[in-house]
Amino acid sequence: MTEQNRIDCRFARLRGEGRKALVTYIVAGDGGLENTVPMMHQLVASGADIIELGVPFSDPMAEGPVIQKGHERALASGASLRKCLALVKEFRQVDEETPVILMGYANPIQRMGEREFADAALNAGVDGALTVDLPAEEAGPLNELLAERNLRNIFLLTPTTTEERIREITGLASGFVYYVSLKGVTGAGHLDLDSVRDNLEHIRRFTDLPLCVGFGIKDGSSARSVSAHGDGAVVGSVLVSAVAQAADLAVAKAKLGEIVSEMRRALDR
Amino acid sequence: MSKPGAIDFSTFPDASGHFGPYGGRFVSETLISALDELQAMYSRLKDDPDFVAAFDHDLAHYVGRPSPLYLAERLTEQAGGARIWLKREDLNHTGAHKVNNTVGQALLAKHSGKSRVIAETGAGQHGVATATVAARLGLQCTVYMGAEDVKRQSPNVYRMKLLGAEVVPVESGSKTLKDAMNEAMRDWVTNVDNTFYIIGTVAGPHPYPQLVRDFNSIIGREARRQSLEQFGQLPDALVACVGGGSNAIGLFHPFLNDSEVKMFGVEAGGEGLATGRHAAPLNDGIPGVLHGNRTYLMEDEDGQIIETHSVSAGLDYPGVGPEHAWLKDIGRVEYVTADDKEALDAFRRLTRTEGILPALESSHAVAYAMKLAAEMAPEQNIVVNLSGRGDKDIFTVAAIDGIEV
Repeated sequence: MTEQNRIDCRFARLRGEGRKALVTYIVAGDGGLENTVPMMHQLVASGADIIELGVPFSDPMAEGPVIQKGHERALASGASLRKCLALVKEFRQVDEETPVILMGYANPIQRMGEREFADAALNAGVDGALTVDLPAEEAGPLNELLAERNLRNIFLLTPTTTEERIREITGLASGFVYYVSLKGVTGAGHLDLDSVRDNLEHIRRFTDLPLCVGFGIKDGSSARSVSAHGDGAVVGSVLVSAVAQAADLAVAKAKLGEIVSEMRRALDR
Repeated sequence: MSKPGAIDFSTFPDASGHFGPYGGRFVSETLISALDELQAMYSRLKDDPDFVAAFDHDLAHYVGRPSPLYLAERLTEQAGGARIWLKREDLNHTGAHKVNNTVGQALLAKHSGKSRVIAETGAGQHGVATATVAARLGLQCTVYMGAEDVKRQSPNVYRMKLLGAEVVPVESGSKTLKDAMNEAMRDWVTNVDNTFYIIGTVAGPHPYPQLVRDFNSIIGREARRQSLEQFGQLPDALVACVGGGSNAIGLFHPFLNDSEVKMFGVEAGGEGLATGRHAAPLNDGIPGVLHGNRTYLMEDEDGQIIETHSVSAGLDYPGVGPEHAWLKDIGRVEYVTADDKEALDAFRRLTRTEGILPALESSHAVAYAMKLAAEMAPEQNIVVNLSGRGDKDIFTVAAIDGIEV
């Protein structure tokens, strides 16, 4: 494989420009399956660098109430892993550049089969996967299948991850490392910036991969604060909440655009 | 006794928490260090004489063990075959086997120095057993319970409140046990510094399937000794109901190396296997990943977990402990079903013939044991785990009878 992975390209470019990455999460199928791709384009137009597309699961154990509801709405609208892959393929017909990561849970991938998933992800134009409940111990086979296809496997590091595990996980990780800024579920509110800074500095000793910070980021100011010590910020619940409140696609796009551009401006300031 | 080359079941799970391809640790990174800590503490304590003595003491003087092994003579007569012995877990404090595990995990919680315990519950039995030990040790206690179950099991909700626990109705997903477990995990991830999660069944991430099994294995150790004392040999067959599977593994595990002892795990057939409305993942499910472990699950073709159906709330769970998944695959245990109707018939039958009101969960085991006994010789012996008492179920049965209690 000589072709470069879009995630790597994006971070290389951002580093060159001295800018931070804005990673945006929405749940595939939330707000209607037909509206996901237009929302993805809106995120990009407003300044998102990477799209993390949530793959809905019936039992999203790591999510707070806002994203849980997003998963429930998406499932009610008929979303599934296969349909998520089809959405990425559709997105790629227009956007060849923006990296897309599928973020979800192990069971839908297991059901499809890890090899079939890896093939389908490559074919659809996915660039990486983040499987929340597949820690380093259990990730081996999927990790290899993704690597063979030049796809990236994103791992989480948390405030509770020991030094020994940081070594192990950064050894397996590719693309970037997702640092979970707090003990809790997505959308929680108790961000401790000093601890984020200390932990990012610690992790930096073990890896050159870009470090993005997620969980608890609500606006431009918190995005800017957390990414000051890393390479980017991940925002999810606030976007999912905007989709939930929107009466139709136009309103959803307008609201997503407003939030993402404000964050973009804060990061680029 | 185990033959050379045979599997030594006492050596499972392996170091990474697997039973063959099942089990393991499928949780988000935040919980790994808490699980490592729990595993280290448990490995240190499980053979520690003081810890073992404290556990044995609590089982004897607080739970009321040993529980009797009772020959159900009239039931045996009616079944018309092998002798049916009941392992009377219904006589334990709080009315079911669940307390064996919560007493053990409460001792671990105390050792961990954490001031708060949380639990998930379906029918409320594990919630009550957790609230009970929390009250005894003066620990703060929060129990997650599906909003649907809160409605269906109001007496147990009130019992937990009387014991000082906070009961949180879970409104997400299908609002039942699996969602309560999701919510308990979310609480744990958030409050991992001061909170000990007391899981109620042999599922969840390693080391839970192991330690819940070990604490419940007192059932099988006693039954083994009592069998030798009371009928001079090992039983020919063991029968237990399987939801998550904690009472079944508790009975089976000390006999697994005795290859001559046959074992039957009875899943909830609900409205019948053919209808799809049941809770029998080992009979009609597929391996997958849920709640931190790989095991058989009830799911759709997209890997989404589906709703289960059983007259007994305690068996109404789409997964099953990973050790059972493995025991099924290697053929050591046979997993069968009893449907709602058979369980209700057994409930009435045992109540009328022996004066013992069984939990609807345990009634599934009684139903299958009667069928099995009829195919066996009168000199053979079946031990059935009567895992809980049925007082909690009288409202359910009354409703089916069209009676308002």
